[in-house]
This record gives sequence, C-alpha cells and structure tokens, in this order.
Amino acid sequence: MLISYNWLKEYVNIEISPSELADKITKSGIEVEMVESLNKGISGVVVGYVEECIQHPNADKLRVCKVDVGQGEVSQIVCGAPNVAQGQKVAVAVPGAVLPGNFKIKKAKLRGEESHGMICSLTELGVDTKLVPKEYATGIFVMPSDAEPGSDALEYLNLNDHVLELGLTPNRADCLNVIGVANEVAAILKQEVKLPNTSINTSEEKAEDFISVQIESLEDNPYYGAMIIRDVKIGPSPLWMQNRLMASGIRPINNIVDITNYVLLEYGQPLHAFDYNRLGSKEIVIRRATEGEHIQTLDDQDRKLKDTHLVITNGKDPIAVAGVMGGATSEVQSDTTNVLLEAAYFASGRVRAASKDLGLRSEASSRYEKGIDRNRVYAAAMRAASLMAELAGGKVAEGIVEAGKREVNTYSVKMDVSRMNNLLGTEITSEQTASIFKRLGFGYKESNGQFEVNVPSRRPDITIEADLIEEVGRIYGYDRIPTTYLLSEARPGGLTKNQAQRRNIRTYLEGAGLYQAVTYALTTPAKSTHFSFSDEKVYPISVAHPMSEERSTLRMSLLPQLLEVLQYNRNRSMEDLAIYEMGSVFINRQEVLKDLPEEYVFVSGAVTGVFNEHLWQGERKTVDFYVLKGILEGLMGELNLSERITYEAGEIENMHPGRTAIVKLDGISVGFVGQLHPALQKDLDVKDTYVFELNATSLLEKETDQIIYQTLPRYPSITRDIALVVDQELPAGDLTTVIQAAGGALLKEVNLFDLYEGDKMEAGKKSLAFSLKYFDPERTLTDEEVVTAHDRVLKSLEERFGAQLRK
Amino acid sequence: MKDRLEALKVEAIGQIKEAQDLKDLQAVKVAYLGKKGPITEVLKGMGKLSAEERPVIGAYANEVRDSIQQELDKKQSALEDAAIAEKLSKETIDVSLPGRPVKKGNPHPLTAVVTEIEDLFLSMGFTIAEGPEVETDYYNFEALNLPKGHPARDMQDSFFITEDILLRTQTSPVQARTMEKHEGEGPVKIISPGKVYRRDNDDATHSHQFMQIEGLVVDQNVRLSDLKGVLETFAKKMFGEDRKIRLRPSFFPFTEPSVEMDISCFKCSGKGCSICKQTGWIEILGAGMVHPNVLEMAGFDSKKYTGFAFGMGPERIAMLKYGIDDIRHFYANDIRFLKQFKNA
Repeated sequence: MLISYNWLKEYVNIEISPSELADKITKSGIEVEMVESLNKGISGVVVGYVEECIQHPNADKLRVCKVDVGQGEVSQIVCGAPNVAQGQKVAVAVPGAVLPGNFKIKKAKLRGEESHGMICSLTELGVDTKLVPKEYATGIFVMPSDAEPGSDALEYLNLNDHVLELGLTPNRADCLNVIGVANEVAAILKQEVKLPNTSINTSEEKAEDFISVQIESLEDNPYYGAMIIRDVKIGPSPLWMQNRLMASGIRPINNIVDITNYVLLEYGQPLHAFDYNRLGSKEIVIRRATEGEHIQTLDDQDRKLKDTHLVITNGKDPIAVAGVMGGATSEVQSDTTNVLLEAAYFASGRVRAASKDLGLRSEASSRYEKGIDRNRVYAAAMRAASLMAELAGGKVAEGIVEAGKREVNTYSVKMDVSRMNNLLGTEITSEQTASIFKRLGFGYKESNGQFEVNVPSRRPDITIEADLIEEVGRIYGYDRIPTTYLLSEARPGGLTKNQAQRRNIRTYLEGAGLYQAVTYALTTPAKSTHFSFSDEKVYPISVAHPMSEERSTLRMSLLPQLLEVLQYNRNRSMEDLAIYEMGSVFINRQEVLKDLPEEYVFVSGAVTGVFNEHLWQGERKTVDFYVLKGILEGLMGELNLSERITYEAGEIENMHPGRTAIVKLDGISVGFVGQLHPALQKDLDVKDTYVFELNATSLLEKETDQIIYQTLPRYPSITRDIALVVDQELPAGDLTTVIQAAGGALLKEVNLFDLYEGDKMEAGKKSLAFSLKYFDPERTLTDEEVVTAHDRVLKSLEERFGAQLRK
Repeated sequence: MKDRLEALKVEAIGQIKEAQDLKDLQAVKVAYLGKKGPITEVLKGMGKLSAEERPVIGAYANEVRDSIQQELDKKQSALEDAAIAEKLSKETIDVSLPGRPVKKGNPHPLTAVVTEIEDLFLSMGFTIAEGPEVETDYYNFEALNLPKGHPARDMQDSFFITEDILLRTQTSPVQARTMEKHEGEGPVKIISPGKVYRRDNDDATHSHQFMQIEGLVVDQNVRLSDLKGVLETFAKKMFGEDRKIRLRPSFFPFTEPSVEMDISCFKCSGKGCSICKQTGWIEILGAGMVHPNVLEMAGFDSKKYTGFAFGMGPERIAMLKYGIDDIRHFYANDIRFLKQFKNA
C-alpha cells in the first residue's frame, strides 16, 4: 500500500518528517518498507506558458516554441513532443535545472535552432510511464490554465511529496486506505482524525425512480447500495486528484472513474460507476453466474464464468463481476451523462473465487478479499457522490437504493489488565491501558482492571483478549517490555538416540572424505522412480500445480539429485568428487493418495574420479567398488551393526549388473552399493561413478547391543594361514561365512589377505588366502584344540565348495 | 718395567686414535688388554721385583690398563655416534615436500547453521522435534489457526498434492503435532528444524525449497518478556555478544501478540550500511505468544497455559553470517562452494 504523506496530513496533524513518521509506524506495528521522495533529485523546473509554437525549419518532428518562463522572460525551446501547442501551460526545465538521474539541462542547439531548456513529460519528471494519463503518455504534460508561469512546477504536480510504502500483514486490511492509516497515525501521535466532508445537495429527483436493487443471496452479498448522479460532464479530474492517484500507483482516466478510485484509496471501499443509460434496464439483480455464462469485461476480454462467481446483472445479463471488474457494455465513456454508483459489500469468498479463476486481481478485489469496513460502505458512497457533484457537475438524485443491511452492530471484547501483564511480562496500569484505548479510538468500560472494549468495525481482526493485549502492547511500545528468563522446571534437553546417530553418520561420512550436499526433494516424474529398491509397487507423488516439470514429483531416492550435482560440477570441470546427502524420500503405496506417504531418511553418496591422490609419490587412485564398500563397512562399525550386515550381489535399475551389492541388515534389504550403469555414466558424461544408498530410518530403528567390556587377551593366540583353490565364481564372502561357522568359539578373526586369479591357476579357478586367528581369553590353547578346529574348517570348505588347499 | 708400561700405554692410545671402526677398536682392545696381551706379560714378570717395587708397579700397571680402557670407551662412543650420524644423514628427507592429504569432507553450510542453533537450544534444555515433510492441511494450516479460506494462506502459496495433503509450507505443523502428543500437560520446550516448500520461482532471494527452524515453549506463566530473553541469548550467541535486539509488532495467524525480531547490524553496529539497508537493523526472525486457539486446538487450556514460538530461516542466517549473495548456491552444491565451510 502506497500512502502519500501530504494526503495523510489532510486527515491527521503530523509535525514530524516522513522518515520519522515511518520509523514510528514501523515500531508500533506496520512495517514501512520504503519512504520514497517523489522529487527524485529534481530542481529548476518551472511552469511555462507556450506563447508560440512553430514547425522546426530543419526537422519534421521538432517544434520551436516561445515559452514564458516567468517574470516576463521568454525563452526559445525546441520540443519534440507531438502534443505541444500554443496556449498550453507546461513544465519547463530551464538551463541549470536537474532532472531525475542527475540529468543536467543546458542551453543547446538542435538542428540549428537554439533551445533554452526543455519542456517536460511526466516520465521525464520521474513518474512511472504506466501511471501517466493516456493522453499525455507519449508527450508533454499539460498543466491547468491557472498555473502561474515561473512558479515551481513541482508544487503543482505534487512532486515534493513523499510516499510511504506499507508492508501490510493480512490482519491489517484496515490500513489499505488513507483514513485507516490516519487512524493508526493518530493513535501513535496522540492526535485526532479529521474526516472528509460528505454532505450533498441532492436534486429533486429520487434515485428509486431510476433503479431497483435485488440481491438473490445475502450471504454472497450482504449489502448493495446504488446512487444515481445525473448530467455529469466527463473530463479530466482536477490535477490534485490526479497527482494523488499517481502517487498511490493508479493511473488517472477521467473524473468519474478517478473519483471511484480516489474514494477507494481514501475509504478502502471499492466503488463502481456504471453508465446508467447503457445498463439496458432499470433494475440491478445480484446473483451467482450460471456455469459457462459469458461477460465481456472492461479490458475487452471475453470471460467465461462459473457458478461460484457473483455477478451484477441488469435483470438479464451480467454487467459486472462482483468486486472484480465491470463489464464493457456499461462502461463510463466520454459521452456518459448519467451514472449509477455502486457501493456494496461482497463476501470475500465470492470475490476470491472469481478473481482467482479469471486471473484478475485489482485494487478492488484484493480489498474485498482481505475484508473491508462493513460500516463504511454508505459513507464512501456519499463521499463519492459529493465529489461527482463537485468535480463533474453531476446532480445527485435523492436517496440510495439499497438491498441488505447497511450497517451491522459492533461487538465488544473483554480484557483483564493483570492477565495482560502476565502475558507481556509488564506492569502497565489500568490508567495507561485506558489512555491507549482512547488513542486507538476504541470505546470501553472499565472496572477494577476489567475492560470491556467496543471494537470499531474497521478492526475486524480484533476478536479475543489476546488481540487487545497486542494493541495495548504495541502502542505502549515493545521496547519498553523488559527482558526476563524462563522460569521453568529444569528438565534435560538433548538429542534422541536416533538424532545423535544421524549426526554420527554425517560426521563419519565427512571424516571418510565426503562433502555434504543438500538437494531439492522435487524432481521429474521419470527420475522420481530411478534406483528404487522397493519390492512393492510404488506410485510417484506429484504436486498439483508444479512450477515446472523439473520440480514436480517427490523423490524416492536421493541419487538422481546427487547425480545432477556431479553433472553440475562436471560442467565446471570438476571431475573428482565425493559427496553425500542425508534427506527424506517419499514412498507411496496407495494408488490414490489418501493417507500421508511413508517418509524415510536416506543417506546416499556418490564418488567419481580420483579418490586417493599423492602425486609426487606416484599415487593416483580412482574410486572403485571397494572404496565405497570400505566406507560402508566402517559406517556399519560406527553404528555397531557390522555383524548383522551382509552384501549380496544383486541388480538395481541403472546400476552396473556385475558391480552392485544389495546391503542387507538381518537379511532384509536396507540399501545398495555399486557402480552406475556404464550407459547412464555415458548419458551423464561422468567418469566411473560409484554410489551407495541406505535407508537410515531402517538402520537406526534396530536395537543394537549394549557395549560390554571384553577381557583383554592375556594368553597368546595362534594364527594359521590357508590358501584355497576354488571356482572363480565363488564369492569370497561365502567362504568367510563357512570358515566362521566351522571355526567355532575359538576362531576369533578371519582375514582375507590374498586373491590370485593369474595364469598359474587352472582355468576357472582362483586362489584365496585367509589368515585365521584362534585364541581363548581364559587360557593358553593346546595344539590339539587348534588342529581340531582348523581341520573342521578345512573339511567344511571342502564339503561345501570343493575347496582344496593350494600346493 | 715402568718404562715398558709407559711405552705400551702410549702405543695403545696411539692405535686407539687411529682405529677407523669398531672392528679396529676391538682388535686394539684384544691386543693390549687381552689375557695374552703385553700388559699381562709385563705383570707376569712382577715376581722378579722387590717387595717394595711390586705394589708400585702393580698399581701403575692398573693405572695404565684403566687409561687404555677409558680411551677405548671414549673412542667407541665416538665411533658409534659417527655411525649413527652417518646412518641418519643417509636417511635425510626433504621436509618441504607436501604431505599426504587426509580425505575429509565437511557439512553443508545450512547443516552447519542448523547444528549451531540446535546446540544452543539443546544447551538451554530444549529437545528437537521432527515431523513429516508431506503434511495434512489440518496440521499445516487448520491446527495453526489458518482455516480454509483464511486470507493469510495467501502469504504462503503451497504445493498441494491432493485437496488435503501438501508439502508443508512451514515447520509449525511439528509444533501442533508435539503439543497434541503432550495431551494438555506442560512444559513443552522444543525446536523443530526442517525443510519446507512454497510455490516460488527460484531466484537470488527465493527458493521453492528452503529450511526453517522453529522453537516452542508452552508452560504456565510464559511471558513475552521471556521470549525476549531467549531471543536475546540466541542473537548474542549467533551474531556476537554486543548485539542488541528489537521487537516490532507483526502478524502471524498462530501467535498473538506477534513480533518480528531485528538485531543491531553486526557489520556497522547500527550506523547504517549496505547489509542493513542503512537502517542499522537486520530482520532475523518472527515470533510471538502462542495464539489461544492454537493452544486449545492442541488440547491445552489457554487460561492455564501460555507459550511462545519463534521461527527463522537458516538460509537467511547463513547468507548474513557468511556473506552469501544468492540462495541458489545452497542447492547447486558447487564443490568449490561446499569446500568453503570446513570450519563452519
């Protein structure tokens, strides 16, 4: 909301500067986002009178003017505006003047003709082009004939004003108008509000003889008032009104339309002026549109309506979409003489529906949506009618033709001073409270600190005690509220075990060399299903109105986004990367989403290119499967899950079929690790890339064993190394499992230390060497015990896999 | 005899000095001090001496023996030192060569900021509450005093999935869920960090996905002045001990009264600069006293219990703290960006 400082001063006495005022308003509740000076550094612009205007001898598009710039001084000025003409009062930047952007005006010669200054358009004076009245949009601005040559043009154009831009929260729709802001400022500055004059000398005619009003549903439209103003003369509105409209961001059109907009800004009441003669009937009927009904709106667009929209009709056809936009057929035009002025209260839901569906947001619709002052509709109608009489020569017919209730009763809200002080932590007295309510213009009754406050209809946001407490608190001043510390029971805070474990996972992975990434949860529908390792049927979850296809569907895996990160970096020539992410994925097993989808915290990583590098020592090792598996093994150790995790060869969409392992916890899949499918690597234009994905939620929900101290071995251990010849396809992990099972309680460690698949082996065979460590913490082992256990191992290996000791 | 001993001593010491290594030295030792050595020989002839001479010569012979032994020891340790020195000199390396890099990643700057804030509130006895990112309309809006059709819903254009399910637009639904779990019994003292989503076009200052961290305290006799105390502690810890805070009235549907908190600018200390847009103050967070409707809906008696809540954006805080100029950096994950937060 843009508020003109000069306009505001008309209703409330302000003796401080615009920026001081802005500071006070901000501190007491409405954020002033900006104070803009309309004079954007302009000086030396005066009113000039064009005494003579002739064609430039050497240029078709230029005119040479003789301009009286005051005190009898007549300057020759060359002007390129198409609308410059003899007899006009214009704004002249004389030599030495400065225009916005520090543009200095000097004497110049244009195509051989001397020019002592410049005749200005409003745009050249810093007014936004889209606010300049249409007739002056491409030329100079013509000022009223009573402007005095030589006087300050900025005064006439109100360009010495300041505009306050208010950032209004939804509860303060009462400040969407100048009088509302005046009330607020009056409370802050302890001043009174002066309201404009709305008295009218009505004509002999009666409005009810011209029009009837009928509302079909009072729920949609609680009140509708129509006034008739006859014999208006359409023309430009006075300059002061145009200036205020422009300062508030509205383009002047003509006097009638300008008046409706002016009162909209002044009272916050949307108004609409119909050309009475073009209504097509003598009745107004407000009803729901029928589904598919059409109307041509003011902007000449054909609009198709729905039955949730409310329309103003002439008894037959729609002539306006209620609260949103008028129709083209009944638009006020230059030949309009009789006006029907609409002042109504439409339900915000109806206006919102139409404004949203039609994509039309106007000053009017946004006010209806946020809620207007129910009891100010009539006053605003009177104000507009009086201005139409005064500024457009109209004759106001007596009376307002109404349907619905003109005003509603206000209500009161109770407030207890001691409860207020308890909530704020203050010691505000009843007297102080009473004086604040007075400043706010709230009526009240008080006894023993119990207030009963009559809430004015302009403040529908105040409905409960806490609202009143806030009003008192903010006018009292939040800077006067003391700082205290919570007086609560000392209960322990801290992380849950799950939260602590998630932090551990992050710290571990960072310690292992991976950088944490944070990516978007929304991806494309296609990518959302990539890398899924769920056995059940899952359904992607797409948002109803995505901003783009790229960000439309919730992820079921973190990997597609991590791969995007690799690509992003690859495109910037960073090819060696190790990253991980911890974040939620969303799994939906319902064909139609009725209940919330399942959410799991996943932790996933992607490593590509060189992982270990120490160049001058000749080490430059690119990532391989075992780098990632090693990281996961370490992680499982951190989580105390090593014993329960297995890695089984498996296939996952988009993964290398021969280089992927499914990670299982107690035999149930919790993730996978492996190389990206080479085809995908090629698509992404990345080097060999290894990834892992783990369902951290599943990993962390398992109970893990309490740590119990194991006695340190006091007796020597016995180590036996064995080299086995087995079939090449046999996974080493299977051998380890069998060795561990067969070795019994004495076998404490099994380590694979050699793998040989070279040409010294028989075809289809490989050799694997293990080191087996036997010990008993309680005593020294005898040779026989070890031999028995070890033989058991060898026998099992032979039975299960035909494994032979390598000779 | 004495002369003979004296001569042997000189001869032996001369050979000791000339010894090049431990082997030479051992040979000298055997040659002079051995059982068949010349000193032993000399001593064998002691029988021929008079009773007066015998102890004198005997003592002198021992003296010679000791001197030789001393010289041997001296030389031995000198030779050993030289051997070690030579060995070490051969082992010399170029210490200026670069060391073997240790692989180490680091947290994302948003995580760093969130963790710092979490730790601060954990130390004040808060716990961390979490909730789903896909939420129901009820918890995201209605339980927070935002019924359907409420104009304040416009403040947050939401990603709806169905009419009743959406991507949460704020972390406040976690507050509603937590309060509900407490079944009307205080105290509640939580912070809830997490990702939230709004229909915004991504640009330098907007992101359709971002993070929030909210706090909630519900108990008997919780006051706005207590909120001020907690926020002041937070501001000083995050932005420096000499920060001042300022509360401005504001509006949120789930709090009443509502405030916004500014801190005095940490760059210019309030004089006015580009960071604080010449105002001397930087807007950090929104807060307020929990709206009675929100308390009641979650099962708390609003006559008995009061509470405060606050919420802030880790992106904004990280941008201020580290001088980051574009919110998209957080989600592009350029490794050169990520690596800058080693010590964050």
